[in-house]
Amino acid sequence: MRKKTLRQIFKYIKANTVLLIISLFCALLSVVGTLYLPILIGKGVDLCLGTGLVDFKAIGQLLVIGIIVIAITMTAQFIMNLCNNRMTANVVARMRKDAIRKLQKLPIRYIDNKSYGELVNRIIADVDTFSEGLLLGFTQLFTGILTILGTLGFMLVIDVKITLIVVLVTPLSFFVAGFVSKKTFNLFTKQSSTRGEQTAYIEEMVGNQKIVRAFGKEADTMKRFDEINGKLQNVSVKAIFFSSLTNPATRFINALVYAAVGVFGAIIVMDVDTAITVGELSCFLSYANQYTKPFNEISGVIAEFQNALACAENFFKFLSEEDEKDAVSIDSFVKVGQKEKQDREEYADKEAAESETRYAITNGAKLIGDVTIKNVSFSYVPERKLIEGFNLHVKQGQRVAIVGPTGCGKTTLINLLMRFYDINAGDIILDGVPIDEQSRHDLRDSYGMVLQETWLKNGTIRENIAFGNPDASMEEIEEAAKKAHAHSFITRMPKGYDTEILEDGGNLSNGQKQLLCIARIMLMNPPILILDEATSSIDTRTEMKVQDAFARLMKGKTSFIVAHRLSTIQSADVILVMKDGNVIEQGTHAELLKEKGFYYELYQSQWA
Amino acid sequence: MFRLLKYLKTYKKETVLGPLFKLMEASFELLVPLVMASIIDVGIQNADKKHIFAMGGVLFLLAAVGFGCAITAQFFAAKASVGFATNLRHVIFEHIQTRSYAQMDEFGTSTMMNRLTSDVNQVQTGVNLTLRLLLRSPFIVFGAMIMAFTVDVKGAMIFVVTIPILAVVVFAILLINIPLYKKVQRALDKVVVKTRENLTGVRVVRAFSMEREEVEGYDASVDILKKYQLFAGRVSAFMNPVTFAVVNGATLVLLYKGAVEIDAGFLSQGQLIALVNYMAQILVELVKLANLIITITKSMAGGARIADMLYGDEEEKSKNVNAVTSEKRDSECNKKESIGEQKDIPVPAINDIAFQKVSYIYKGAASPSISNLSFNAKKGDIVGVIGGTGSGKTSLINLLAGFYEAAEGRVLINGKDITACNAEDLRACIGIVPQTAVLFKGTIEENLKWGKADATEEEMWEALELAQAKEFVEQKPNKLKEAVLQGGKNFSGGQRQRLCMARAFVRKPDVLILDDSTSALDYATESKVRQGIRKLTEDAICFIVSQRAASIMDADLLIVLDEGEVAGMGTHEELLKSCNVYAEIYYSQFPEDREEAGNA
Repeated sequence: MRKKTLRQIFKYIKANTVLLIISLFCALLSVVGTLYLPILIGKGVDLCLGTGLVDFKAIGQLLVIGIIVIAITMTAQFIMNLCNNRMTANVVARMRKDAIRKLQKLPIRYIDNKSYGELVNRIIADVDTFSEGLLLGFTQLFTGILTILGTLGFMLVIDVKITLIVVLVTPLSFFVAGFVSKKTFNLFTKQSSTRGEQTAYIEEMVGNQKIVRAFGKEADTMKRFDEINGKLQNVSVKAIFFSSLTNPATRFINALVYAAVGVFGAIIVMDVDTAITVGELSCFLSYANQYTKPFNEISGVIAEFQNALACAENFFKFLSEEDEKDAVSIDSFVKVGQKEKQDREEYADKEAAESETRYAITNGAKLIGDVTIKNVSFSYVPERKLIEGFNLHVKQGQRVAIVGPTGCGKTTLINLLMRFYDINAGDIILDGVPIDEQSRHDLRDSYGMVLQETWLKNGTIRENIAFGNPDASMEEIEEAAKKAHAHSFITRMPKGYDTEILEDGGNLSNGQKQLLCIARIMLMNPPILILDEATSSIDTRTEMKVQDAFARLMKGKTSFIVAHRLSTIQSADVILVMKDGNVIEQGTHAELLKEKGFYYELYQSQWA
Repeated sequence: MFRLLKYLKTYKKETVLGPLFKLMEASFELLVPLVMASIIDVGIQNADKKHIFAMGGVLFLLAAVGFGCAITAQFFAAKASVGFATNLRHVIFEHIQTRSYAQMDEFGTSTMMNRLTSDVNQVQTGVNLTLRLLLRSPFIVFGAMIMAFTVDVKGAMIFVVTIPILAVVVFAILLINIPLYKKVQRALDKVVVKTRENLTGVRVVRAFSMEREEVEGYDASVDILKKYQLFAGRVSAFMNPVTFAVVNGATLVLLYKGAVEIDAGFLSQGQLIALVNYMAQILVELVKLANLIITITKSMAGGARIADMLYGDEEEKSKNVNAVTSEKRDSECNKKESIGEQKDIPVPAINDIAFQKVSYIYKGAASPSISNLSFNAKKGDIVGVIGGTGSGKTSLINLLAGFYEAAEGRVLINGKDITACNAEDLRACIGIVPQTAVLFKGTIEENLKWGKADATEEEMWEALELAQAKEFVEQKPNKLKEAVLQGGKNFSGGQRQRLCMARAFVRKPDVLILDDSTSALDYATESKVRQGIRKLTEDAICFIVSQRAASIMDADLLIVLDEGEVAGMGTHEELLKSCNVYAEIYYSQFPEDREEAGNA
């Protein structure tokens, strides 16, 4: 798993190899420059032996070199920062783009079974943590190691004994950092799980705040919230305290190193044999000041690495989920600029060619809308059987209404027709071709669908109506809205068709949302229409008018209508009465009433 | 935004002591170069090993005491910042619970959630670092300058020049960066919205074969985010290199000046090293300060967003005196309803509800959603409300439950203005079944107890039976203890609606409000539910909002709404004759009756 994750990470970094190399090279320059400056200064100090003994010419040369080193180091640091920044941004953007493509190909079953929050977290938070932790961590690690090696090298050149002192005291730093990070890791894990608990609670209570209010549960929810909040506080104080020990602890060890270097350095300076100079001692002191810093950073980076790797693992797991069978290809015309455009055109051509071949399969005939369901079995979970051996033949142009009690399988049937879910056994045949032999795109292009659960995207009303047909003109959009009887309320909105729809359509009623979804369909001209409780939130008066528009839209087309309101389906050609996953009655309104069966009961209960 | 700081009050001691200990540590640190100068100038010069070891001891002592101070400081900082964040979360949650419906609509769920989670976390980090470092860094910077003065005045003058230059660089970058990070955040929000959208709308996107277009739209927002990130990053990329260059440049100048001074006999080698060390300390601290500032910038942005939510509407109010009365009364009402003081006071029963020429208009809407509505309902009455989409039915309910306040006219409860009533008491008498059936994570029992905290098992079964939910609950292996997943995901829409009804029924409310809450039920079940409601409300006032004429036709009073206006009021028979809108609605659902009516 780890190995696989690393391989996938590498794939993302590979696209940024140039940036990475530049960044590493600049890091190297910057480290060398940073380490070389104390040596220059030390040399300078040695040139100032005392009153009247200063060698100004040498100092002048030294200053010039110093300025050059500073300039190079500064530039290198700047370029390194830019590269790192760009690299991170590139990888993050690439990962999110890949994720959204993946999302379009995943089986709906997968998405239905996950909480949205979890998936959003994957694509937003995990990607951020990964990029910050791993990419920045990597450059920090690199710089850290270089600094340590460089410092050691420079120190050894000057004096072995003092270097030994530094090297001997340093392991203390590791020990302390190790202790701290172990302690904090556990605390952080606990903190993040408590945080998760709190977030879930917040999501529930804030999301349904109106109900909390209606039942006067504010005090109770507040109490529960405070409980979790208190729990989080306890863990967080500990976690943050322990994690913030790293700095003082390493600073302490740093100070010890500094003291040791100072004392022993001074003694060695006095020793005539070894003869290191005061300037070299000052250089050592600077190094001692900086030496533990990289250790400190590295230990911090390792903790972050683990975290980032965990996030990456989650993310790649999501990315490697199995696509649905013959998923729609979104494809990699993701590359930039010219190439992208070209790819897209190619893609369009390919698609056109594909659908031509498909029409060829259907004997060159245009799609007509003849649906045969043969022996179909389906269940969401293997343990609970739902639809068993289901048979139905719908001729082109028929209006099929599906009624039945809640949970009888009406919506499931639509899930199957649209191939949101794949059947377990049997065949669904559209115009002579089994639907699993057609591409999902082609299949779905044959349907126009309005669902009970209205979904509108973040954007203006106009954009939403034109969702399925982005090239529609303003007149066409208005025309569609009029057909759906949405025009009048739209014009009453503050900005008319350009009114932004708030998150989750918060500024619209359910009925208004549904009218917009209907307008969306009116703009298309699908051969088959599926209406799953499409008018459930619309008042019947408006509904009747909308039905007229539907009738015109459906003329000569096959349509499937799921509805509770029996009034809306009475004129259907076939009414399927479903119960427990099976069709128990079938016929026209009049026939079914005569039968005095389940339908009759349902119908009569309207007046009960 | 700084108003948020009042929530640090409970941690006054920690807030003061934390930085104080930090400053003590810093002071010890500042002494170190002086001790080292003494080692060089006195110890080495005089070959005095004893002095060198003594000074070494002093260095060790300084380090140890400094370490102790630092640990203490970290503890106080952690305690104060986490405590602050805890307080802040409490306040935000409380705020959300007391805002008016209208304000909630304005913010939206995910915004409120972000404020409560990631923004608070950012603020916590910011406060923690501020307490630890914000004082320490400038203190070391200026402390180093002052110490430099004690060493050598001429050399110290270089510090006097360097520090302002650094300050200008650091603050210029800071000022440029704050708005940039805000932009980054906004772009990120957009990406989050788009991500969610692609999840919630997966069926529609696929049904319309719009996957590629969605991906393109998403790519565009990701690219915008990237653009802002790069831009903001470019500015911060200046920080480290420029500070590095300034400090090291200054060190070179220091070296030159020092050389001149030493040549003239005013300065010793050890003192020059001390000066160089002080300069180095400045750099180390500045790097920290720079990173700190970036974190604080982010955290301030988070703080500003929180403050905007907590106090934004207040500001708007003072700006916009027009929007007034209702909002003002709103906040007064909220004060009364202050959380945590809920008592189980027996509430006087609601016997009578009256609307007197009530109007309500949504913020920013062109026309009122309810206008000039008057009616009277007494105990035992069933009031049916029917009307088309957007006719104002839900507004009426929100007015009734005191969620909205009338812009004009009055709502009277037992003859008393509703705004004078304690909102909490009022709601305790009301049972609402909302349009969207929402259940909470827990068990069926826990959900039912939302309606009545001390409901007995018997009462719960009774309510379930009335709501036609008994059967399927009984079939669950754990009955009342059956787990309910978040949002009630493990129940079908119809089951959820029935459980929501049972939740309201178990309360045996004085006023029962059903807001189009049987839409997912088939007619057979619904009619049984209606009988349950009849039974339950013999002694209560019941409002049924519906689009089905069948659901409300036997009500004692029918209110027909049409685009915010009252189109008719009366009984079914009366309205069928007198009210066109009602007749149209009715006949659209019962076409046979129209024929009969036509024949008659």
